[in-house]
Amino acid sequence: MLRRLGLRAVALGYLVVILLAPLGMVFYRTFEKGLHPVWQALSDPDTLHAFQVTLIATGIAVPLNTVFGVLCALAIVRRRFPGKGLLNAFIDLPLAVSPVVIGLCLFLLYAPRTGWFGSWLSAHGIRVLFALPAIVLATVFVSVPFVAREVIPTLRELGNEQEQAAATLGATRWQRFWRITLPSIRWAVIYGVVLTTARCLGEYGAVAVVSGNIQGQTETATTRVQELTQNFQTAGAFAVSLVLAAIAILVLVAMTVIRPREGAV
Amino acid sequence: MSIEIRNVTKRFGTFLALDDVSLEIAQGSLTALLGPSGSGKSTLLRIVAGLERPDSGEVHLSGEEATGLAPQRRNVGFVFQHYAAFKHMTVRDNVGFALKVRRRPKEEIRERVDELLELVQLEGFGDRYPSRLSGGQRQRMVLARALAAKPQVLLLDEPFGALDARVRAELRDWLRRLHEEVHVTTVFVTHDQEEAMEVADRVAVLDHGRLEQVGAPAELYDAPASEFVLRFVGDAVRLGPRLVRPHEVVLRRWPSDGAVEVEIERIAVLGADVRVDLADGSGERLAARLRRDELEDLDLSRGEIVWASAEGSARHVEAGQTLG
Repeated sequence: MLRRLGLRAVALGYLVVILLAPLGMVFYRTFEKGLHPVWQALSDPDTLHAFQVTLIATGIAVPLNTVFGVLCALAIVRRRFPGKGLLNAFIDLPLAVSPVVIGLCLFLLYAPRTGWFGSWLSAHGIRVLFALPAIVLATVFVSVPFVAREVIPTLRELGNEQEQAAATLGATRWQRFWRITLPSIRWAVIYGVVLTTARCLGEYGAVAVVSGNIQGQTETATTRVQELTQNFQTAGAFAVSLVLAAIAILVLVAMTVIRPREGAV
Repeated sequence: MSIEIRNVTKRFGTFLALDDVSLEIAQGSLTALLGPSGSGKSTLLRIVAGLERPDSGEVHLSGEEATGLAPQRRNVGFVFQHYAAFKHMTVRDNVGFALKVRRRPKEEIRERVDELLELVQLEGFGDRYPSRLSGGQRQRMVLARALAAKPQVLLLDEPFGALDARVRAELRDWLRRLHEEVHVTTVFVTHDQEEAMEVADRVAVLDHGRLEQVGAPAELYDAPASEFVLRFVGDAVRLGPRLVRPHEVVLRRWPSDGAVEVEIERIAVLGADVRVDLADGSGERLAARLRRDELEDLDLSRGEIVWASAEGSARHVEAGQTLG
């Protein structure tokens, strides 16, 4: 009994010190001087623009990686093809490689004149680095694994008998996907989308390298926090952090709501 | 719809699942594919449904070549051993699925589903999810689902395998009656010889991917084409050099031509029949099955020496010999 209590105390204590204390601090500091400075900091046009950039990048990365993740999971679980093991390993690459390194890779690839893609793109007047496309690319890159990683085990567990049954009942490949496969993996997909969204909103490292951090142009919410902190505009930094933290908490709540239902159906 | 399987061979890697199997199944018949696990019976059924492609050979449905046809274009109903119920759909939606993907009008689907739910005695269960049905109910639901689009062939893969004995017996009966009512060409796979004999008009016995024998249940029992069929369909005992059915063993108190001297080890009364456990001089054991009045006439008891022979009219397979 004592041992179990001890274990709980250690686990809870760890969570409080590592996770909750910093979050609590942000909340406390943000509202230290009332609501007015918070509102003022958040209505700053550069801050608003930074949120807008983050939302655009997320809005592109999430649907793209959802479709890609489901297709990848289907290919890995259902098909046999050469290079399958490689694909499976590559999906995890963004988790293994530091975002800063990813940012650097993108930087080298899209650098005007010297980069493989960058030289061609700049010759055609397309600007990637230090602009929205680079931010989107970085965000897409870092958020690749989540949907596929959630869907793969669910698909494995599901097996393909229900789809075979649907085929014998006259359903075409397309009907089988929409009526059988997708509804069966929907909770895994939703959970993957939630994780992907959280990852996109919080991305900092890769974006910081490729965006150039131009105020009011290529700043994202996270790089905006860094900018404000460096300029001693702590109130603004806290306010933006608070919004990001609030979204994270919403995501957590969404996940706990989704998780138990997964097993029920 | 008649089914014709011509010289079908199928390998999974190095495993030979079906070895040059040819089989004709008549329109409106009820056929069992019988064999031990790994005999290829399920693979053969899946090839008929289009869920597997044979490496060589052909499948003809209603006289038309269908070997490469996708399952959704064959108009067959398939019932899986583990039901393959659509877990995210209600019973109604499960049963109506084949009509829904054919874009039939809602009204027609509703009527047909009602009709089928009545047929499988699941009226009042339409709004439930499969997870809230018993095994037998789920099996009936997927049967109704397979019948919804009026398939020309109904294929069942070990349909009662996952059910307990009582429900099994009920569903066997019920399948037999359903076949009489609906009269769709039906093929089911089983490893249970009793189930095959009881339900089917014709039984095809498979072993190691080869078709051993096809015939009416009585033919397989009375005239097995090989030692495998003799042993697999019903019990077999070794009497001297021959394999015979236990009920064909005749016991006498005096020696005769070809009779084997045996000692009675045990007598077990099984209702109307009696099983007599015997051991010959070399210690080989066999069991004879007698009617009770025969036993009483002979007045046998444990430890006595008698002579066993097989003098029935049935054909007997020499041990080790394969006729088919």
